[in-house]
Amino acid sequence: MNIHEYQAKEIFRKYGIPIPPGEVATSPQEAEVIARKFGGTVVVKAQVHAGGRGKAGGVKLARTHEEARSLARQILKLTIKGLPVQKVLVTPAADIASEAYAGIIIDRASKRPVFIVSPAGGIDIEEVAAKTPEKILRLPIDPRYGLLPFEAMQLAFFLYSDMKQVRAAARILQQLYRAFIENGGSLAEINPLATTPAGDVIALDAKMVIDDNELDRRPDIAALRDESAEAPSEVEAREASLTFIKLDGNVGCVVNGAGLAMATMDLVKYYGGEPANFLDIGGSSHPDKVVAALSIITGDPNVKTILFNIFGDITRTDDVANGIVTAIGDNPLKVPLVIRLTGTNEEIAVKILEEHGLSAMTDMDEAVRKAVALATGGKAA
Amino acid sequence: MSVFIDKGTRLLVQGITGRDGSFHARQMLEYGTQVVAGVTPGKGGQKFDDQVPIFNTVAEAVKQTGANTSVIYVPPMFAADAMMEAADAGIALIVGITEGVPVLDMTRVYPFVKDRGLRLIGPNCPGLISPGESNVGIIPGRICAPGSVGLVSRSGTLTYEVVYQMTRAKIGQTTCVGIGGDPINGTNFIDCLAAFEKDSATEAVVMIGEIGGTDEQEAARFVKEKMKKPVVGFIAGQTAPPGRRMGHAGAIISGSAGTAAEKMQAFQANGVGVAKRPIDIVDLLKRAMR
Repeated sequence: MNIHEYQAKEIFRKYGIPIPPGEVATSPQEAEVIARKFGGTVVVKAQVHAGGRGKAGGVKLARTHEEARSLARQILKLTIKGLPVQKVLVTPAADIASEAYAGIIIDRASKRPVFIVSPAGGIDIEEVAAKTPEKILRLPIDPRYGLLPFEAMQLAFFLYSDMKQVRAAARILQQLYRAFIENGGSLAEINPLATTPAGDVIALDAKMVIDDNELDRRPDIAALRDESAEAPSEVEAREASLTFIKLDGNVGCVVNGAGLAMATMDLVKYYGGEPANFLDIGGSSHPDKVVAALSIITGDPNVKTILFNIFGDITRTDDVANGIVTAIGDNPLKVPLVIRLTGTNEEIAVKILEEHGLSAMTDMDEAVRKAVALATGGKAA
Repeated sequence: MSVFIDKGTRLLVQGITGRDGSFHARQMLEYGTQVVAGVTPGKGGQKFDDQVPIFNTVAEAVKQTGANTSVIYVPPMFAADAMMEAADAGIALIVGITEGVPVLDMTRVYPFVKDRGLRLIGPNCPGLISPGESNVGIIPGRICAPGSVGLVSRSGTLTYEVVYQMTRAKIGQTTCVGIGGDPINGTNFIDCLAAFEKDSATEAVVMIGEIGGTDEQEAARFVKEKMKKPVVGFIAGQTAPPGRRMGHAGAIISGSAGTAAEKMQAFQANGVGVAKRPIDIVDLLKRAMR
C-alpha cells in the first residue's frame, strides 16, 4: 500500500527524524492560509502515489502566500501518471547545502532488509545506480539484530565527513530503520536527506510503502489508505477481495490464480489481442466474487469480449458458473462471453451454464483464440 | 523415485482443524499420503476424522509419531510462528501453504530454518506432489501421473494447467514442486533443479517462472553450468505493466528489472528451452526426451 508523503513524514517524525513542518491543503484557499502562517517562501507539493512529481509540475516554489494559492490551484488540477491530485503539502522552503539519499527495501537475493545510501541525492536513485554505481552503498541488515550502531556509522561515513553530520545521519538511519520495521514497510526512503548551510541534517522528503500483508495487524496504518488516490475500479475490486489491475486492451479477463491470470493475458497477446485487465478471483471463490468481477469489467467501455479462464481446484467451477448466471441475470451483457473451465465440479458447472443458454470450453488456447477473434472482429493470429 | 517427498514421508498437518487444513488433510489422506499427526493448540488428545491424532505442539507430535514433514495451513499472522515451531522441533521439510505472510516475518523465519539445516518450501505455495507416492499441500492429485519429468513453479493454478496438459499428453511427473509466489521463500529454483539433477528417475525438468526478481536468471545459469538433464521453461507476465504487483507479492517488475523478456533471454542464452505458450512445454519436452 502506498501512503502519501505527508503521512510518511508524520510516521518519521514520531521516530524523531528531523523534518521541517508542513500542512496539507485540499483547496487553494487552504494552501494560502497555511503559507501565510509559515511566512516567507514555501514549497507546494502534490500528494499523489506517483514518482516524478517534480518533472510533472507537481512541486513548486511560492514566494508569497498569494503565489502559494495560485500554484496550489494549478497543481490541484493536475493528473500525474493517470492519478488526479487531490491534496497538496505546503511546507517552508529550506536552504540546502547538500542532498543525499537514504532508503531501505527488502532485498530478495539476501532475503534481508537492505540499506541503500548515496551522497548523490535529490534525483532518481535508479538513475544514480545505473550511471554512477560507485556512489551507492548497499548494506543488508540481519533482522535478528537490527541496524547495529557501527553499521549506521559505516553508512553515515559514506555520506558525510563532518563528524557532527555523520553522527546526526547515523541517528536518522537508526530512526528510519525502526520506522520501517515497526510499521511493516516494504520501502522507506528519504530523498533528499539534506544538509542546511548551518550544518543540520534534515529529511526534506519522505516515502513509504507498506507491505499489504501487514495491514491486518496494523489497523492504524491501514487507516492511512487514501481511496481517492486510487483508480475506482481497483478500490471496488479490493473490497470484493479480488486482485485487479486495469490495462488498456479490449479482452476482459477473469481468472483464478495470479500465474494463470498472467499466462492468460500473455496468451491473449500471443493470439493478436490485448488484455483489458489482470483479474484474479483467488481461491475458494464465492459466486459473489464472480458477480463483482463482472461488474468491474463491464464498467470498462474498452472491453469488447469477456474471457473466463478457470482451472478449478479450491475454486469450484460450479461456484463460478453460478456467479456468471447470477450476474448476467441481473445485468445482461452487451459484449460476447467466452468461458473456459475445467476441474472441480466441471460437470455441474457445464450443466448450470447450459440451462442458461451458455456454453463452456475446456481448452485454454481455443478459448483465448475465440475471445480474441470476437474482440478484433474475427481475426485471431 | 522422486525428490523431497516419497512413500516414506510421514506428514504432520499444522492447522488440521481449520477450514483449509481439514479439507486438504482429507484430500491428502485420500491420495494415500501418510498423514500421521495434526497440530491445533488446545485440541491435543482429540482425533481428526477418527484416525489422525491431534497434538497441542509440534514437538509433542514429532516425539509421538516420528513425523518428518509438516504442511502449514494456519492464518497469515500466525504462519511465521508455525514455521519456526516446526523448525525448532527438527522437522526436515516444512511446507508453508499460507498466503499473505508479512515479508518482514519471512526475513526472520528464513535464517531460523537455514541455521538448523532444514528445508522450507513456500510460503504462499501449492505444496508438492510425487505422483503415486505422496501429496503434501493442495495440488489436485487427479491431474498428475507418475513419470519421469520434474516440475518446479512459482505459481499455483498455472502449474495445474501445465501438469494437466502434460498428463493429457502422457508425460508423467517424478515430483511437482510449487515454490510459491512471495519475494522471500524457503526454496528456490536452483534448489529444486539440483535435486532433480541428482534424482535418477527424473529425465527432464520443467521450470515455470514469472516476472519479478532474478531467481529464474540465476537458475538458467545453473542449468548451463551444472546440469546434464534437459530443462524447458515458461515465464508468465509478458504483458504485465511495470511497478504493479500482479497478484503474487513477488510478481512485480521493479524499474526495468525482472521482466519476462529478460528472463526468457536468460533461458535462451543458457540452453533452457523457451515455451512461448504453456502448451509449448509439451512439445519441447517431447523433443528434449526423444
